Amino acid sequence: MRLEVIDADKCVGCQCCMFACTRIHKDAGLSKSCISVKSAGGMQHGFLLTVCRACVDPPCARACPEDALVLRKGGGVLLKPERCTGCGSCVKACILGAVFWDEDNNKPLICWHCGFCAKHCPYNVIGLNKNPSAGGEKK
Amino acid sequence: MIGSDSLRRVLYVNLSNKSFRIADRCDLFEKYIGGAGVAIRLLNEECPQGADPYGPDNPIVFAVGPLNGLYPLASKTVAMFKSPHTGNLGESHAGGRSAISIRMAGYGAIVIKGAAERPCYISITNNMVYFRDASTLWGMGKSETAGKVIRANEPSSGLRTIMRIGIAGERMIPYSCVTTETYRHFGRLGLGAVFGSKKLKAVVVSGKRSLPVIDRQEYEKHYELIFNKATESPVMKKYHEIGTPVNVIPLNESGSLPTKNLLSARFEQAASISGENIARQCLGKRLACSHCPVACIHIAALRESYEDEPYFYKTSMIGYDYELIYSCGSLLGGSDVSGLLELLDSIEAYGLDCMSAGVVLAWATEAFINGLISEKETDGLFFEWGNYQVYLKAIRNIVEQPNDFYRALAKGVDHASSVYGGQEYALAFGGNEMPGYHTGPAAHIGYLAGARHSHLDSGSYSIDKKIMVNKDITPEKVALDIIAEERWRQILTSLVICFFARELYSTEVIIEALRLSGFDLDEAALKKIGEDTHTEKFRFKVREGFSFDTLRIPQRIYQTPSGAGMIDEQFVKTAMECVKKEIMSKVGG
Repeated sequence: MRLEVIDADKCVGCQCCMFACTRIHKDAGLSKSCISVKSAGGMQHGFLLTVCRACVDPPCARACPEDALVLRKGGGVLLKPERCTGCGSCVKACILGAVFWDEDNNKPLICWHCGFCAKHCPYNVIGLNKNPSAGGEKK
Repeated sequence: MIGSDSLRRVLYVNLSNKSFRIADRCDLFEKYIGGAGVAIRLLNEECPQGADPYGPDNPIVFAVGPLNGLYPLASKTVAMFKSPHTGNLGESHAGGRSAISIRMAGYGAIVIKGAAERPCYISITNNMVYFRDASTLWGMGKSETAGKVIRANEPSSGLRTIMRIGIAGERMIPYSCVTTETYRHFGRLGLGAVFGSKKLKAVVVSGKRSLPVIDRQEYEKHYELIFNKATESPVMKKYHEIGTPVNVIPLNESGSLPTKNLLSARFEQAASISGENIARQCLGKRLACSHCPVACIHIAALRESYEDEPYFYKTSMIGYDYELIYSCGSLLGGSDVSGLLELLDSIEAYGLDCMSAGVVLAWATEAFINGLISEKETDGLFFEWGNYQVYLKAIRNIVEQPNDFYRALAKGVDHASSVYGGQEYALAFGGNEMPGYHTGPAAHIGYLAGARHSHLDSGSYSIDKKIMVNKDITPEKVALDIIAEERWRQILTSLVICFFARELYSTEVIIEALRLSGFDLDEAALKKIGEDTHTEKFRFKVREGFSFDTLRIPQRIYQTPSGAGMIDEQFVKTAMECVKKEIMSKVGG
């Protein structure tokens, strides 16, 4: 299972995915979102979406000095919060900017690829690919 | 309200000495919820009686409510100020990312007072306010260019709002707007001019935070209920597909579409400026306010060639809505979509209220045709219905003001007609230019009776539908229905939800949403708060010199058949007597 951007051109910028992500983290607002939607330099130019790509060999995990990010089955990582010291190396290691930060707990926010955000995207901009090795990601 | 909810925090900014403070105002939020309910109390506290709208004492109040950031379609910010356009209550609402950003920055309201020594913008984030020099941005041709520069200089892309003015606001044209996220506006009553008077080019607000709820599981359940209703509702689908311009054809067919300065309420070329046709020809993109899955914002892609440079083209992305198509389309007798879009683009670039600007141009056209003004006044422009090349130049002149005539136009249609005549067809109510509904008497009674003289005060055009089928409805009933609706809308604008979601947010849905954010209010309590907030607005209005007795009614509305037939002057007058009696009995004094 991997969360993927199906067609960013259909994004209307409602950010319902970001609110959904915070809610699945048992919170409300935007503090816990592992997904980002921002304008591509003004709304007339559309939107840039940042989601975790679930790398097979994730740089964030390699950068972690405490082995707090362990490989997830199907790609990407899972956070072992008890090991994390909040150093932020994982954030710097992800050139997509897909490792977000939890200010309340001083730890990274890592996408679980649960698809809750996609369920709240009314325009199918993002979706869960159940078989990522078979491809399907367009952009 | 929940103790840890940052809604209670009010940020007070003073531009004169570049200072700010944060105060706990749970007293206001607990009693009046938020949004309009809290904003009118802050305005009453902060705006001295008789304050000069262009003076440093005139406060700008932005307020959001408990539902913003928690529930979908709670996407609006309420702005209140003393209006430079009417000299009285100024209130305007906008979406974009404004409401979510203010809530996520940890505030329920922001109050801006004073005036900067030189052009500035302020950036509000993480318990701080940064005062930035904006001298370089002042006088920039397009408000969007200033937006680009600010975007590049401020952090938190995607988690911020940039509320800014154009040249019209800088020059304090009393119907200039504040633009947020390129396509949304605090459009009406001149907030842009208040920004300009304070040398305030823009307000940037950013943040991301957690919001507390009473019961997580029940919150999730209630959220899903509202979200699913919103995404499955046919009404919402309508706003998503064609957008508000879906109303052009039905309003025209019922004879309610103000055309050529309301010389008619049917426009022969309505089909060409219909939402369906504009979508077919040039819909380029649809956008949403933050936390709204509906995405009603429609953007046209206009491809234009450069006359002197072969193979050079530009594509402009231009926002359009029903009200804009009315004011700059049918009201000007314009059916050329490209011309209409160019005019909208120009008005957007200057940062004028598009509705007022269109009404002003419509009055000028009729006054020119009637010989009240000549090419001497217009600086050589030959005003005629539907001539967008002339209108483009006229808009530039309204901003640049080369002579007394354009200086008069820049003050609005009430003022211009008081100088040059033609008051009977100067389409303004309470000093605010007319919205796009000539549906019947209720629409106009609503404009006159409303605290901000806007069609949104009570949506009274929908009452005209009842009048169309039931001719026996009394003026007293119309008046009381309008007031009841306006009072209820004070609750919606205190939460603050978008009016498009008003059917979704039934009383029960609102009560439960409020309960989960720590407000235990039943229907009676809500109605009382709505009524009190409405009365408080009129207390402010009366304090600042408003009187129902001096409201001017343009005679034109009685001369052109409406959707409900000819409007009877006596019906309107009787209804307004009833409005006055009901409201003034609450205001007292």
